[in-house]
Amino acid sequence: MLSRIKQMLIKEFIQVFRDKRMRLLLIGPPIIQMLIFGYAATFEVRHVSTVILDLDHSQASRELVSRFTSSPYFDVRRQLTNPREIQELIDRGAATIAIRINSGFAESLRKGQKTPLQVIVDATNSNTALIASGYINQIALAYAKEFQADQINRISPQLSERIPSVRLEQRPWYNTDLRSRWFFVPGIVGTLTLVLVVNLTAFAVVREREIGTLEQIMVTPIRPAEFILGKTLPFFLIGLFDVSLIALVGTFWFQVPFRGQIWVLFTGAILFLLCMLGIGLLISTVSSTQQQALVTSFFFIMPAVTFSGFGFPISTMPTWLQYLTYLTPLRYFLVVLRGTYLKGTGMEILWPQMLAMLAWGVGLLGTAVLRFRKALD
Amino acid sequence: MSFIRFYAIAKKEIVQVLRDTRSLIIVLIMPVILVLLFGYGVSLDLKHLPVYVYDQDGTQQSQDLLKHFQASEYFDVVRVVDNYRELTLALDSGEAKMGLVIPWDFARRLANGRPAEIQALMDGTDDNTANVLIGYTQAVVERYSLQVQLRWLQGQGQTVQPSQISVENRTWYNEELESSAFIVPGVLALVMSVIGAFLTSLTIAREWERGTMEQLISTPATPLEIMLGKLVPYFVIGILDVIVCALFAVYWFKVPLRGSSLTLLLSSAMFLVVVLAMGFFISVIAKNQLAASQLALLTTFLPAFLLSGFLYAIEQMPKALQLFTYILPARYYVSILKKIFLKGSPTALLYVDLVPLTIIAVVLGVLATNSFRKRLP
Repeated sequence: MLSRIKQMLIKEFIQVFRDKRMRLLLIGPPIIQMLIFGYAATFEVRHVSTVILDLDHSQASRELVSRFTSSPYFDVRRQLTNPREIQELIDRGAATIAIRINSGFAESLRKGQKTPLQVIVDATNSNTALIASGYINQIALAYAKEFQADQINRISPQLSERIPSVRLEQRPWYNTDLRSRWFFVPGIVGTLTLVLVVNLTAFAVVREREIGTLEQIMVTPIRPAEFILGKTLPFFLIGLFDVSLIALVGTFWFQVPFRGQIWVLFTGAILFLLCMLGIGLLISTVSSTQQQALVTSFFFIMPAVTFSGFGFPISTMPTWLQYLTYLTPLRYFLVVLRGTYLKGTGMEILWPQMLAMLAWGVGLLGTAVLRFRKALD
Repeated sequence: MSFIRFYAIAKKEIVQVLRDTRSLIIVLIMPVILVLLFGYGVSLDLKHLPVYVYDQDGTQQSQDLLKHFQASEYFDVVRVVDNYRELTLALDSGEAKMGLVIPWDFARRLANGRPAEIQALMDGTDDNTANVLIGYTQAVVERYSLQVQLRWLQGQGQTVQPSQISVENRTWYNEELESSAFIVPGVLALVMSVIGAFLTSLTIAREWERGTMEQLISTPATPLEIMLGKLVPYFVIGILDVIVCALFAVYWFKVPLRGSSLTLLLSSAMFLVVVLAMGFFISVIAKNQLAASQLALLTTFLPAFLLSGFLYAIEQMPKALQLFTYILPARYYVSILKKIFLKGSPTALLYVDLVPLTIIAVVLGVLATNSFRKRLP
C-alpha cells in the first residue's frame, strides 16, 4: 500500500513540477496577489478632497476652517466664495466633501444657540462618507468645546482654572497606530490559500477525468483511499509552502508583527488546509470538466471569503447572515491568523476555532472520500 | 470573413454551452448570487459594539457617565467586571471590542474641579472598527464633559451659554448611506470579468488541451471567424447577465438607476468586448486550462475586485498604484456604473471614462485578433 501511495505521489509531483508554467504558478501569483492586496485593500480614510465655503468671515469661522486644513483626514483643495460652485464640484467628483459655514456662525455660537454647520457629502462610496462624517463631527465637537472654554475664560479666568472636565484616554491595543494594512495582511494569507488550494485540487482530479486518464488509474490495483491520499498530499504540501511564503511576505515586506507562536499558526493552517482539500475534492466529484470545476469553485469561493469577516466585520451583517458565517472555515482561520499575528494569543484562547476547523475538515474530507469511492466504483 | 463559417462555429459553441446545463444555470444565476452577497455582506456601518466596563469608582457620577454609553445605539455594555484580567481576556478573545475603565478617583476629581480621565482600551486589530469606536466614544465623553461643566458653573452662580455646533449632513447620491447602493453597481464589473475572461479563456484553452483546436485549424475557417464564433455566445450571456444584475439591483436592493439605461447597456457591451478580448488573448498564451484560469484571475478578476474602486477607494491607495489603475479597463467601467446608477450623470460627464475604455477595447481587440495564428504550436 505504501509503495502504491509513493508511486502516486511521485507521479503527482512530476506532473505539477514538470511544467515550467505550473512551477511559476505556485510562486508568482500568490506573491503578486499578496502585494496588490496588501497595498490596495484599505478602509483608511485620509486626505479626502474637501472644499470649504466660509460665508461668515469671522475669526471663529476662520479658526474652524484651519482645523480642517490642518487635519490629515481632509485635503482642503479650495476655499470657495460662491455657493453655486459646490454643486458643480461635487457632481464632477472634484470634491467629495463640501463644508459650508453660513453667515452669523460666530454670532450664533456666542449666543449659545444650536449653530448649524452644513456638510455636503458625496456618498457614492458610503463607507468613505460614513467615516469622513465621523471625523467632521469630531472636529466640530472639539471646536465647540474649546470655544466654550474660551468663553468661560473670558467671563472669569479664575473659574476656568478650577473647572472640572472629563477627558478620554484611548489606547488601541494590538494595532496601536491603527494601520489598515495590519488588519488586512494576515487575512490575505488565509484568503489566498483558500483560492489556491481549492482550485488546484479541484482541477487536478477533474483534469484526469477530462483527459480520460482517471480510467487508466482505476484499472491499476490502487485503492480509492490511496488514490485520494496521493492526489491530496501534494496539494497539502504545496498549500503549506504557500502559507509560509505569503506569511513571510507579510512579515518581511509589509512589516506586520508576528506576536504569537508559530506552531499555533501552523496548527491552524493544517486544519484549514484539510477543509480546503475536502472542498476541492467535493467540487471535483460533482464536475466533469475543468470549466465546470472553475465555475463551481468560484461559486463556493466568493461567499466563503465575503462572509468570513475578511474585509467587513461580521457584526455589520444582517442577523440571519451572521449565522451563515459559521459555515465558512475561513471565518475560524482568520481569527487564528489575526490572533497569532497581532494579538499574540495562544491555544488557550484559539482552541474553539481549531476545534471548529477540525470538525469541518473531517466532515468535508470524509464526505469527499465517500462520494469519491462511489464515483470510482 | 464568411458569415456561414462564422455561424457554424458560433453554433457549435452555443450547442456546447447549452449542453452543459449546470454551468449555464450557474452562469445565469451567478449575478444574482454576487449581487446578494455584496448587497448584504458588505457594510462598515457599525452599531451595538460590545463593550466591557470596569467601574473602579462606583459612584453616582460614574454611573451617570455610563448611562450615556448605554443610551447610545453604538455601544452594547455587555458586562461589568471588577478587574483588569477579565477585561484583557475579553479583548484577547474578541468578546469585547472596547473596555472602559473609570478610575477610582473619577467623582472626586470632578468634585474638586480637576480633569478626570477615563480609559478606553480597544481592540485595534480592525483599524476601521477602532476608528469608528474612538469617534463615538469621544463624542459621548465630550458631550458629558460639557454637561458637567455647565452644571458646575451653575453651581458657582455663573450662567454660560453652551456652545453647540450641530453638523447638518447632507449625503448626496446615496441619501441613506446604503452600502448596497455603493457596492451593487460595481458587481456588474465582477460578473463581466468572470464571464468574459474566465469562461472564454477556458473554452479555448480546452480546445488546445484536447487537441480539437488542431481540427478547427484544419478547417477553412479564418482566425477572425474562429475568434468571433467562439466569443459571440459569451457576449450574449454577458449582456443577459448585465440585465439580470441591473434588474436585481434596482428591484431587490432598490438601488436607484438615475442615468440612462441605454448608456449603461452600451458601456457594458464595451467592457464586455474588453474582457472577452482579454480572455481570448489569455487562452492563446496559456493553452492549458489551469494556467488560463490563474492568468484570468490575475489580469481581470483581481483588478476588477481590488483596483477598480469597486470596494476600496482608489484615492486611498499608494500613489504608484493609483497611477497604475489608469491602464485598467475595470476602473473606467466601475466609475461609469457608479455615475449612471447613483449620480445620474449626463452622458457628457461620462466621456472621461468612456473614451479611455473605448481606446482599451480597440487596442485589446486588435491584439487578440493578431495573437491567434492558424499555426500549430
